[in-house]
Amino acid sequence: MSATTATIPERALARGSAYRTVVAPIVLGVAMLGLWQGVVDGFGIEQYIVPTPTDIWHEITDNLGSIVDGSVSTGVNALIGLVVGALVGILGAIIAGVWRIFDTIVAPLVAALAVMPIVALAPVLYTMYGADKETARQIVAAVAVIVPVYINTLRGLRQVRPVHRDLMRVYAASARQQQFAVTLPTAAPYVFTGLRVASSLAVISALIAEYFGGPIGGLGKSITSSAASSNYALAWAYVFGAIVLGLVFYCAALAVEMFFTRHRSTP
Amino acid sequence: MSSAVEVRAVSRTFGGRKGASVTALESVDLSVAPGEFVSLIGPSGCGKSTLLRLIADLDTPTSGELSVFGKPARQARVDQDYGIAFQQAGLLPWKTVTGNIELPLALHGVGRSERKARVSELLELIGLTDFAGHYPDQLSGGMQQRVAIARALAESPKLLLMDEPFGALDEMTRERMQNELVRICAETQAAVVFVTHSIPEAVFLSDRVVVMSPRPGRITDVIDVSLGGPAERDDSLREDEAFFRGVAKVREALHGVPVAGARGVDTR
Repeated sequence: MSATTATIPERALARGSAYRTVVAPIVLGVAMLGLWQGVVDGFGIEQYIVPTPTDIWHEITDNLGSIVDGSVSTGVNALIGLVVGALVGILGAIIAGVWRIFDTIVAPLVAALAVMPIVALAPVLYTMYGADKETARQIVAAVAVIVPVYINTLRGLRQVRPVHRDLMRVYAASARQQQFAVTLPTAAPYVFTGLRVASSLAVISALIAEYFGGPIGGLGKSITSSAASSNYALAWAYVFGAIVLGLVFYCAALAVEMFFTRHRSTP
Repeated sequence: MSSAVEVRAVSRTFGGRKGASVTALESVDLSVAPGEFVSLIGPSGCGKSTLLRLIADLDTPTSGELSVFGKPARQARVDQDYGIAFQQAGLLPWKTVTGNIELPLALHGVGRSERKARVSELLELIGLTDFAGHYPDQLSGGMQQRVAIARALAESPKLLLMDEPFGALDEMTRERMQNELVRICAETQAAVVFVTHSIPEAVFLSDRVVVMSPRPGRITDVIDVSLGGPAERDDSLREDEAFFRGVAKVREALHGVPVAGARGVDTR
């Protein structure tokens, strides 16, 4: 009896908070779009200055195939960069976790990478690897990913609890056993936090790298070429594609992170 | 047969900066017979946990000798002669109850089928058979501690080291866990070294209570309590005259003076 009476207000509350977290942002978004449409229409602002949401929506539906192709092209570059950068970052962090001297040696390099605008490398990389190849974009994405993954993983590797360390010593576990039984699983949630941050960076870097050259077809190239031909509504349509692509990467990374941290509430 | 634990004139000094060293233990002697239940009790800083960590070879004495089943402590640890449970259950949160209990077995290369059989035995022993597939965050504190005890027992050690394993539990859970520990000890025949700061807990569980005092950590008294076999150690014992006498004796030893009115039992 007490269980049912207790759950009713809880469920009502849960429904209320779900209503607030889902519906409220949607209401705000729709209101903003309406305001945008109203201002542009009402003041008679020219389409080449600011296109209306309906103009952009028409371009999206008319060019859906091209936007999807562009998203796939940019998305593949971002994904390759994310995977390669994550592997380098994780392996580097494991090495730094085992040998502190490595951490000391690479610390300045990591700091340099962290402050450098990675896309600035793009023109150089196009010259190195050829302007008809996607390689330069993938490298830019990978380099952007390394730093957050490395830093977060290394932090995670140092979170092993003293009681677990004692336990491994009690079991006379080898360094390798300790790494696989305790150190790496402890670090896992931190790795996924790093990957979540890096996932958006990978998309942004791969897309911006397209601004500096390379083959056509990606979202970045399409945005610049539409804007160059004064087709602003179409440029906005590709920007919309970039937003969706970024969200897909972020949500996928978030889902993986939530899956791997689902039992971590107990200290 | 050699004793389970033999401690001879063991001292442990922790070095501080420029001579500011702390003597955690000073010339401690202790002998634990096979199958015997010995509690270490004393105020914070008396070195009871340090002594347990020395026996477990999680730390090394500054001077003195220490042997477990006639071997040096290091060898006993490598040979897995003891099981250990800490105040924190220290379960791996990413492993199920089964995965946690079989952890030492898996690390030491015990085969899958043998592990499975042993885990189901242990789950029955701690009464958590229905929770085999649960994760630690789905268990109460008492259940987690039972899993930690099962893990300590996984390799059927003849010595169990316990560092305030019930310290973080509420009073009701604590008494139930004590009853269970009495039963488990009777079934496994293991010797136990049990660190606690609860007088009734020490008296209820132990054959002998070792009273320690701080600065420097040393043994001031050893009290025989032996309130009978496991069959007699149930909740009614907690209201028995012999139990109260034991509590009074340990308390007097701790405070260094006879306490008037032995009935004023500290329930902690």
